[in-house]
Amino acid sequence: MDNAISVTGLHKSFGRTKALDGLDLSVATGEVHGFLGPNGSGKSTTVRVLLGLLHADRGTVRLLGGDPWRDAANLHRRLAYVPGDVNLWPNLSGGEVIDLLGRLRGGLDQKRRAELVERFELDPRKKGRTYSKGNRQKVAIVAALASRVELLIMDEPTAGLDPLMEATFQETIQEEREQGRTVLLSSHILAEVEALCDRVSIIRNGRTVETGTLAQLRHLTRTSISAELAGPPNGLSTLENVHDLKVEGNHVRFDVETAALDRVLKQLTEVGVRSLTSQPPTLEELFLRHYTDDRAVARK
Amino acid sequence: MTTGTMTTTTTRDRPVRVERRHHLAGTWQLVRLALRRDRIVLPIWVLVLGLMASAGAGAYETLYPTQAERESLTAVMANNPSVSLIYGPAYDLSTAGGFTAWRYGTLVATFLALACIFTMTRHTRQEEDTGRHELLASAVVGRYAALTASVIVAGLGSLATGLLITVSLMGAGLPAAGSVAFGASTALVGFVFIGIAAIAVQLAEYSRTANGIASAVLGAAFIVRAVGDASADGSWLSWLSPIGWATRVRAFADERWWVLALLVAAAVVLTGAGYFLLPKRDVGMSLIPARPGPAAAAPGLRSPFALAWRLHRGALIGWTVGFALMGAMYGSLAAGIGDIIGDSEQSRQMFERLGGADALVDAFIGMTALMVAMIASLYAVQSTLRMRAEESAVRVEPLLATRVSRLGWAASHLVFPLLGTALLLAVAGFCTGLLHGLRVGDVGGQLPSVLGATMAQLPAVWVVAGLAVALFGFLPKAATAAWAVAAAFVLLSMFGPILQLNQAVLNVSPFQHVPNLPAAEFTATPLVWLTVLAVAFTGAGLAAFRRRDIG
Ligand SMILES: Nc1ncnc2c1ncn2[C@@H]1O[C@H](COP(=O)(O)OP(=O)(O)OP(=O)(O)O)[C@@H](O)[C@H]1O
Ligand SMILES: [Mg+2]
Repeated sequence: MDNAISVTGLHKSFGRTKALDGLDLSVATGEVHGFLGPNGSGKSTTVRVLLGLLHADRGTVRLLGGDPWRDAANLHRRLAYVPGDVNLWPNLSGGEVIDLLGRLRGGLDQKRRAELVERFELDPRKKGRTYSKGNRQKVAIVAALASRVELLIMDEPTAGLDPLMEATFQETIQEEREQGRTVLLSSHILAEVEALCDRVSIIRNGRTVETGTLAQLRHLTRTSISAELAGPPNGLSTLENVHDLKVEGNHVRFDVETAALDRVLKQLTEVGVRSLTSQPPTLEELFLRHYTDDRAVARK
Repeated sequence: MTTGTMTTTTTRDRPVRVERRHHLAGTWQLVRLALRRDRIVLPIWVLVLGLMASAGAGAYETLYPTQAERESLTAVMANNPSVSLIYGPAYDLSTAGGFTAWRYGTLVATFLALACIFTMTRHTRQEEDTGRHELLASAVVGRYAALTASVIVAGLGSLATGLLITVSLMGAGLPAAGSVAFGASTALVGFVFIGIAAIAVQLAEYSRTANGIASAVLGAAFIVRAVGDASADGSWLSWLSPIGWATRVRAFADERWWVLALLVAAAVVLTGAGYFLLPKRDVGMSLIPARPGPAAAAPGLRSPFALAWRLHRGALIGWTVGFALMGAMYGSLAAGIGDIIGDSEQSRQMFERLGGADALVDAFIGMTALMVAMIASLYAVQSTLRMRAEESAVRVEPLLATRVSRLGWAASHLVFPLLGTALLLAVAGFCTGLLHGLRVGDVGGQLPSVLGATMAQLPAVWVVAGLAVALFGFLPKAATAAWAVAAAFVLLSMFGPILQLNQAVLNVSPFQHVPNLPAAEFTATPLVWLTVLAVAFTGAGLAAFRRRDIG
């Protein structure tokens, strides 16, 4: 399958700040791709390079088969962008902004526009600053979704939406996916990522640290095990994939890398297991590890 | 940010006296923040405006060393309306002090007023526009704190300018009384416009509008006193303008101290009105509530230019009306020039030597065209920098993420500095020509001639616009330096000749190269060169903009 976006070895510095430091990203056509990373890790910078707003220092960037820096205006007919911080023109109403951006993109689906305005409970008659942050965000979302484009690039589109609107947003993105659209979705909301994304890329300090499906990523994390054994445990501490082992008599507690779970359980059953609780990794833990743990970078 | 509203709610429950003090809470921190943000701009304007006059005073002795030269200066300048139009009334040109007060009084006061207006809006309305004010308001900042802090900072700037004027003039050996009168009247004009800006920021919905309202008042004050100073029977008009009051303090020419009281009273009343209006509106909102707009865009709103038109429309209409009024007033004045000059025997001789009534009228029209062009160059800078404002406000990115190209977007805005300025010159030239033609009964002859003299200035205005585009393209973060460029050209053209600056220095200003129509012979060559330069600057700026990062 073709890639809608493929980025390799992307570098971008602002003066002395290294915003991107060899970033890789590939988004297959038709998938919803989550783009995650801590604050300041370079997500917005990547998006702005993809839109041809910033000039990459080094690396290759392909977007819809073209070069976003050279063919910007042409490629932009085929995509829609929702910025993280939506600033509207003070003297234009929300409805005017939706229509203007849609027309500048090459047309918009009036039926879909009306439906989206309804579903997002947006008052299109308000002007610029009289919108709340969430409502400004909705203006940009409606403007993007009402255009029939192949690719949606969204930089934290739901920051500021209330839970109801968040649900509406997720529904609409599911519909877009069914229509075969490609979505690059940068987000800090893990539930949203879990609900929507086929694959995710996690970046840190301008570099990709992990990429794959959520199932694959889960595989890389640890399960917590607490067990009461028939006798004293032996050999557990020598196993490579066991971490934070605590032994109190016949009771053991430890974390194990999910990939090594089978081997470790065999070791336990050899001694004899009286009771066992296991806790699968939560998504939060998974991301927190990537966001905070330097080992994640080192392992790459 | 709900904390801001919470703060106000809690203060409502408290006794009134506590509430008062509470409303000013945080003022001192805001003053320090503002001083920090203005730590470069503020000292620059204080130094430039504060030292300009004493530099001129120093030049007087060198330029006009003998009594005879001073008398001839008086004869030529003192009663010449086309000169009073710009500089104000000349009370006594036989002393360095009198000369300085006349030459610089009006201008320094006008620029100081402008600096005060911008300082006021920057620390009040603009903070609300950007949402930074909410951030601060949540940190226990009283309702009147931002306004008070801006008044204090702009007031400090005015005060420092006034003091520097006084001290530097006394240092240059001028009489103390006149130096104090000059410094005080200038500083007080600053305070009056602090008051006007304090009102404007309550009325307007955005800092841009607030700047527009206050600057329009300043423009009106300048023009009203220009007409008053230049006409024989309308001199009472100058008493309607705070800038007129400042000159009527008569520094170095038998000071009239009581006029200062007018300025003080106006400053107090106007600032008080700003404080009175402030609680009548919500943070971030204006006194005039915003009306809802259409639910869908009109069919025409489908191109970058259609958007640019929406963004520039209000300002362009305002400027056009201003230029029409300015042109009409100059036009109605031109014919009367001979009457005013013919007062004394000495000036009558001067008048003959200068070529009689026709030559004087022509010189007046030439001066009018130059003035109009210099003011139009300010519009050129303002409308060009709108691009940078849009970029800083992150409103360009969503547009450039559509099929709008960078050049297409820039072109949609550049229509205004390039063709908008042409419109302004045409309107001003047309109104001047029409009114002058009507007065002398020769519309058919005067209208084209005056219009042509005004339009001839257009290439010089374009050069200023081109430089602004170049700054925007190459040094976006320093794009506002375009204001300094425009101001430098204006100052060079206004003060360069009287200071007898080197011709090479004078030639830096594009206005220096425009033939002084209708008196001089028309030559196309300089205009072609200016146009070529303007095109080169604009082209280079656009090329740089195409290849640079946005943001
Ligand atoms: N125009 C700029 N000039 C200087 N530095 C910049 C600029 N834009 C971004 N940076 C820096 O580049 C780095 C990456 O920023 P970026 O906005 O891409 O982060 P992000 O991942 O989007 O963060 P967030 O989750 O907070 O949105 C940061 O260190 C930021 O300070
Ligand atoms: Mg970001």
